[in-house]
Amino acid sequence: MSESFRERARAWLDANAAGRSDDGPTAHWDLPSARAFQARLHDAGLAGISWPAAYGGQGLTTADERAFAEEARDFDLPTGYFTIGLGMCGPTLLDLGSEELKLRYIRPLLRGEEVWCQLFSEPGAGSDVASLQTRATRDGDGWVVSGQKVWTSVAQNADLGAVIARTNPDVPKHDGITMFVIDMHQPGVSVRPLRDMTGGATFNEVFFDGARIPADHVVGEVDQGWAAAVRMLMHERVAIGGSTRGRGSAAGFESLVEEVRARGLDRDPVVRERLAELYVHERLLHLFGSRLAQEARAGRNPGARGSVGKLAGAELARFGTDVAAELLGGDAIAWDASDREARRWAGALLSAPAAAIAGGTNEVQRNIIGDRVLGLPREPQVDRDVPFRDLRVGTRTEERP
Amino acid sequence: MNLVLNEEQEELQATVRRFLADRSPLSQVRRVMETPEGHDAALWDRMAGDLGLPGLTVPETYGGAGLGQVELSVVMEELGAALTPSPYLASAVLGATALLATDDEEAKQDLLPGVAAGTTIATLAVAENGGGWDPSAVAARASLGGGRWVLDGVKTLVPDGALADLVLVAARAGDELGLFAVEGGAAGLTRSALAGLDPTRQLARLELARTPARRLVSEDAAGALRHTMDLAAVALAAEQLGGLQRCLDRSVAYAKVRYQFGRAIGSFQAIKHLLADMHVAMELSRSALRYAAWTADEAPDELPLAAGVARASCSEAFFRVAADTIQVHGGIGFTWEHDAHLYYRRAKSSQLLFGGPRLERAQLADRLRI
Repeated sequence: MSESFRERARAWLDANAAGRSDDGPTAHWDLPSARAFQARLHDAGLAGISWPAAYGGQGLTTADERAFAEEARDFDLPTGYFTIGLGMCGPTLLDLGSEELKLRYIRPLLRGEEVWCQLFSEPGAGSDVASLQTRATRDGDGWVVSGQKVWTSVAQNADLGAVIARTNPDVPKHDGITMFVIDMHQPGVSVRPLRDMTGGATFNEVFFDGARIPADHVVGEVDQGWAAAVRMLMHERVAIGGSTRGRGSAAGFESLVEEVRARGLDRDPVVRERLAELYVHERLLHLFGSRLAQEARAGRNPGARGSVGKLAGAELARFGTDVAAELLGGDAIAWDASDREARRWAGALLSAPAAAIAGGTNEVQRNIIGDRVLGLPREPQVDRDVPFRDLRVGTRTEERP
Repeated sequence: MNLVLNEEQEELQATVRRFLADRSPLSQVRRVMETPEGHDAALWDRMAGDLGLPGLTVPETYGGAGLGQVELSVVMEELGAALTPSPYLASAVLGATALLATDDEEAKQDLLPGVAAGTTIATLAVAENGGGWDPSAVAARASLGGGRWVLDGVKTLVPDGALADLVLVAARAGDELGLFAVEGGAAGLTRSALAGLDPTRQLARLELARTPARRLVSEDAAGALRHTMDLAAVALAAEQLGGLQRCLDRSVAYAKVRYQFGRAIGSFQAIKHLLADMHVAMELSRSALRYAAWTADEAPDELPLAAGVARASCSEAFFRVAADTIQVHGGIGFTWEHDAHLYYRRAKSSQLLFGGPRLERAQLADRLRI
């Protein structure tokens, strides 16, 4: 890693970006200004830092990439629109996409010209994404897609999506899935906001009704989409696990220390111990991320160990809100309508469960660690060798006769 | 920051691992822990003579290998994995580090070569009344009598204190903390081996009554002692990590070969998830340990916080993993003949050795200026 790169990145951010606000990232960014910012970031050589130059990246190291991420923590960047594309779809395209797809899509992604979403989960396919029921059928020299996706972040703003769909129901579930790049601006695609338990609507439901995909927009091979999906999920876990939480998290160590001081609780030994514990947990997650990155640089593939960071991050989110609730007491349940600090706290509490579900539940992460890191025997699988059409999937309140 | 071992460090790791697998298997650990000495003198001679381990961090000018805390942590990790009863923590970690932390050039020249060669077994006596190892808790008194220092007080939890040739004692001279060197056979020193939870680590109580001592020159003895304890905390955390890793490895191996209900128990999510959580604890603790050892060598300003994080993590994680190891093994894990209880005992005793989680969290809070 070159210190000069870090310095250059820092200097650019100092000159071009505002400090992080309390509202959380991207809360006040509109899409046009986000796009413009991303383009300037790319012009400055700070987008796609470790991606190949041939497709618009900077061709630098993952250490440089990480240095930028560390510096960027202090700034208010419009990352929310682009993380799916930059963290998941882009890396998967680089891994598996055809030369044409990479040449066509990577540069506009890096410049913020095209926003991406990831279309995996369905109402009937959560942890078991491979049981998805969205169908893609051949039609002339292309494909036609019908079905429903859910939990799709930024779909309302997306120009493009990475979608997995069933292309062969007559083979076992993993063997008949294909990944495509789909144009989200077409009559067969409709997007509906999904209100989640925080009261906000950061996710969407996406309905496909005869949406069309050109034949050359398959990512990887036809019916080999499960491998592509697994790869994208791995990128996702690395992106989530490696992302350092913003310094201003309402249930984070720094915020809570301030809160405790303001309340005069900082001489209370129990409070001090709990904060020390929270500090330890935050440091552990951060140091694990750094260590994994260093090992990757030394040529050791992190493999499924990204799941460790994902799991630890989810547990930290919950632990932080536990500590915060203990410290705030009754003030954690009711507040003046104008109290922004309290609203941030509520946001942290109410979004904590998502950390343990989104991108693979804690239980799925533990299975991955058990199976793929520790090499434990898999559970007996009743769905491995059954043609998909004969499989029971989704939520079934009434059994078929 | 560097959180990955280099080639030489990995080589050291492999050498020590092979050596201990060969010379200190658990059958031997069990034999040694029943002896009055509680350690294997022949093994210690080889650790010194063949591998030069006691002087690992002692500079070459004093007869040591002049390596860093990362290398020390590598050795401690292996000793922890093997549960080897040895005065390594006492002498190579506490004794050598405390001597090096003083400003007493003459004492270093006198004493360190023997410690480095393994011919002198040193240790450090700080805790009193089961209390912590913080300099502020020291009550033992040092006074000048006839131009010589003498010590009075009671020290406890002194690692290998009953057999050490050289005891470094923290005591108060007036208002000032001082570090004093006392010979193992000194007049007025009564040493009692303590019975305890962990038969693989020998702890002693030392009673000092007008015991002659040599005061070690130190501009800031309290600071030197705190630094010593930070380094010792990192070394002990490494030992804990080694034990944790061995427990995890054995549990995973067992879950693959133990069949119940017609399946390897590791295929049941109830067991698999327990093992996955053990693995997470290992990964996080290893990251904290590597960072702390790196700060000790390269970024000493960051050491106090990093040592606190590593110690908190490794202490908590090792005990949890040791307890869950018994759970994964079920009934066989609760027998005397199975090794799980030896790790369980070691995990709890090393968690509490330097004062325990409550005191350590309070200390960390101080350092965080909460």
